[in-house]
Amino acid sequence: MAGKALVITSGKGGVGKTTTVANIGTALAMMDHRVCLIDADIGLRNLDVVMGLENRIVYDIVDVVEDNCRLEQALIRDKRHKNLFLLPAAQTRDKTAVQPEQMKTLVNELKEDMDYVIIDSPAGIEQGFKNAIAGADFALIVTTPEVSAVRDADRIIGLLEAEGIKDPEVIINRINPEMVSRGDMMSIEDIIEILAVKLKGIVPEDQIIVVSSNRGEPVVLKDNPKAGTAFKNIARRISGQEVNFISLEDKSFFTKLKKIFSFS
Amino acid sequence: MKKKKKKDDSSKNVAKERLQFILVQDRINLSPSEMESLKKDLLQVMKKYVDVDDREIDMEINREDQMMAMVANFPLRRKEQ
Ligand SMILES: Nc1ncnc2c1ncn2[C@@H]1O[C@H](COP(=O)(O)OP(=O)(O)OP(=O)(O)O)[C@@H](O)[C@H]1O
Ligand SMILES: [Mg+2]
Repeated sequence: MAGKALVITSGKGGVGKTTTVANIGTALAMMDHRVCLIDADIGLRNLDVVMGLENRIVYDIVDVVEDNCRLEQALIRDKRHKNLFLLPAAQTRDKTAVQPEQMKTLVNELKEDMDYVIIDSPAGIEQGFKNAIAGADFALIVTTPEVSAVRDADRIIGLLEAEGIKDPEVIINRINPEMVSRGDMMSIEDIIEILAVKLKGIVPEDQIIVVSSNRGEPVVLKDNPKAGTAFKNIARRISGQEVNFISLEDKSFFTKLKKIFSFS
Repeated sequence: MKKKKKKDDSSKNVAKERLQFILVQDRINLSPSEMESLKKDLLQVMKKYVDVDDREIDMEINREDQMMAMVANFPLRRKEQ
């Protein structure tokens, strides 16, 4: 049975797409799914570094498209999970080296063999974005609780709908519960109300993310109660499990959120 | 009609209001000055029939399922007895 292709995108740069791809990909592999991550950020390759796989790259996505190698030869197997693969981006080429049609063919080929194909989109709305979404069945939009990031997320929602990718869902990254309760950060409710899309997950601001990217080890590999749990929950939702959100209407939402992030 | 919100000047609220204003322009491609004149024109029409409090008009563009909806809020002045 063919798998599903999921693109992680944002509009604004630096909001946490690559971090999200590395973590939900790893978490899905830990749940015994066969997963392939595609770094579609051609020219600014990053996902290999976040995954700690930068030393293993031989071929890349442009080599596949240009027939310098077979698709299987370009796939890098993860160090820790034999059912997790990475198709790296090219570092010395630009976005025009791949066309949306080629991307679609490639994603469809991978779907034959994988349960999930997860595509890391570059920032922006140009060709790199168009390539990233070309083969995707679903989209997850990452935003932070800032005006400019939410604005760009809104723009992306419009573009995805125009491209026929229906009902994108949103991940709100870098939430700081203290700042929200002080009234200095937009809350989950505010953002969801404004964007009018479904919420897929909430990831708190967490210093462990920086530590984990230093080491090239996604946070879900260890028991990291804040960001680790958040990414695992998103992976479980992607695989169809019901994982409750804390009620968004609840006045004491953030008190609970704090508790959950510090004790679970 | 919605209840009048009490003024909240926390930075989160400023962010939310700015965002809503920006998204009106992004979503329907209307500049702030076009938005102002739309408001004025609507107000003229409303005033022909009802007594509108023109300092408190509130307009938003909301995404609803596959549609955009413009939601305008015109508070009415209570009739003097
Ligand atoms: N929840 C978080 N808490 C703390 N730091 C975070 C969090 N999420 C992301 N970061 C940090 O933010 C930076 C940007 O993250 P990342 O590279 O995943 O973003 P991106 O959206 O892929 O960026 P780009 O648009 O450049 O591809 C990284 O240094 C990362 O470690
Ligand atoms: Mg990235």
